[in-house]
Amino acid sequence: MEKDNLEALDKNFQDKVDREIKIEPKDYMPDAYRKTLIRQISQHAHSEIVGQLPEANWVTRAPNLRRKAVLLAKIQDEAGHGLYLYSAVETLGADREDTIDDLHSGKAKYSSIFNYPTLTWADMGMVGWLVDGAAIMNQVPLCRCSYGPYARAMVRVCKEESFHQRQGFEIVTQLARGTQVQKEMAQESLNRWWWPSLMMFGPNDAESTHTAQSMAWKIKRNTNDELRQMFVDATVPQAELIGLKIPDKDLKFNEETGHYDFGEIDWDEFWQVVKGYGPCNDERVAARKKAKEDGMWVREAANVYAEKRARRNKKVS
Amino acid sequence: MSKKEWPLWEVFIRSKQGLSHKHAGSLRAPDEEMAINNARDVYTRRSEGVSIWVVESKNVVASDPSEAGPMFEPANSKIYRHPTFYEVPEGIKHM
Ligand SMILES: [Fe+2]
Ligand SMILES: [Fe+2]
Ligand SMILES: [Fe+2]
Repeated sequence: MEKDNLEALDKNFQDKVDREIKIEPKDYMPDAYRKTLIRQISQHAHSEIVGQLPEANWVTRAPNLRRKAVLLAKIQDEAGHGLYLYSAVETLGADREDTIDDLHSGKAKYSSIFNYPTLTWADMGMVGWLVDGAAIMNQVPLCRCSYGPYARAMVRVCKEESFHQRQGFEIVTQLARGTQVQKEMAQESLNRWWWPSLMMFGPNDAESTHTAQSMAWKIKRNTNDELRQMFVDATVPQAELIGLKIPDKDLKFNEETGHYDFGEIDWDEFWQVVKGYGPCNDERVAARKKAKEDGMWVREAANVYAEKRARRNKKVS
Repeated sequence: MSKKEWPLWEVFIRSKQGLSHKHAGSLRAPDEEMAINNARDVYTRRSEGVSIWVVESKNVVASDPSEAGPMFEPANSKIYRHPTFYEVPEGIKHM
């Protein structure tokens, strides 16, 4: 394409974005926009799928049938979220299986939170309350993302997420109001999950390389630090109400700003986990690879069966 | 390992009797029967539908978005197709 023509197309694209007109799959979009979206949406999809693993760890040990049914429903939702997102990636011309192979080779990332282990039943509560809670903070503004298919997927996801957070908070509340042992279990779990949950919003704005461009493209609507602050402000009073203590000695309500001030995140830990050295990175990727390989014969058999049926139907008609 | 992927399907859902089917999203499935089953599991887990259509994506014919201007322009100039174009004298009712 000629350079002038390309410039005009880029300008027209940005005009549309500025006027809040959604970009749809077959519309012109700059290469860098497409690439950014493919990276972001596929990593979001991987997070939904990998996110099933720490919760699957407790399905057989859920304390009663109600909890088990709820946990299963939540995990099934996460599979659906992954699927909506892989479908959105495909509209950008990416090959779904290639993006999955990138996850398996370590080329593509997923949310670092899922590299932490779920050691006690209280962790099921904490994951719903904090991890899904943080995910909701991130995902609500994505419902207004400039790319139509991503925004539409997010609308569905957000509708479904709200039950995830509530069921988690219900678990935590019940433990916090339970026996001394149950209360301690809840507090110990909060101590482990609090900081990794804050890390879910990504590096500080000053370190975040993609934020400015993503905001200009209206893929992102809020910065990492803004979203993190919103999460802290929303969550701290919830913890107080059920009598749990946030493990941060610097946490304090700031009368002047109307927000909570909080301590420094351990960024070394964050980068260690992102780079693959978290407690469960290897286990998570290995589980996904095994699932793909072990399921291969099923997908092949389904293909063969579909072909056979199509042939038979042709003969009959 | 065979690389043959399941085909892509577009899913349309009627949310209740009396409304048309509306595009809900897409999914991959080996055949139409599995496409319907998967669509039920993926798009109607909270009673969002009473009827599902699936169409293999490759069979969808679409207009070209880069031609949207000339394609839809003829309608823009024909404002007389809208009732607001017409003047109705003061006091006329039920029109
Ligand atoms: Fe999710
Ligand atoms: Fe999510
Ligand atoms: Fe969730």
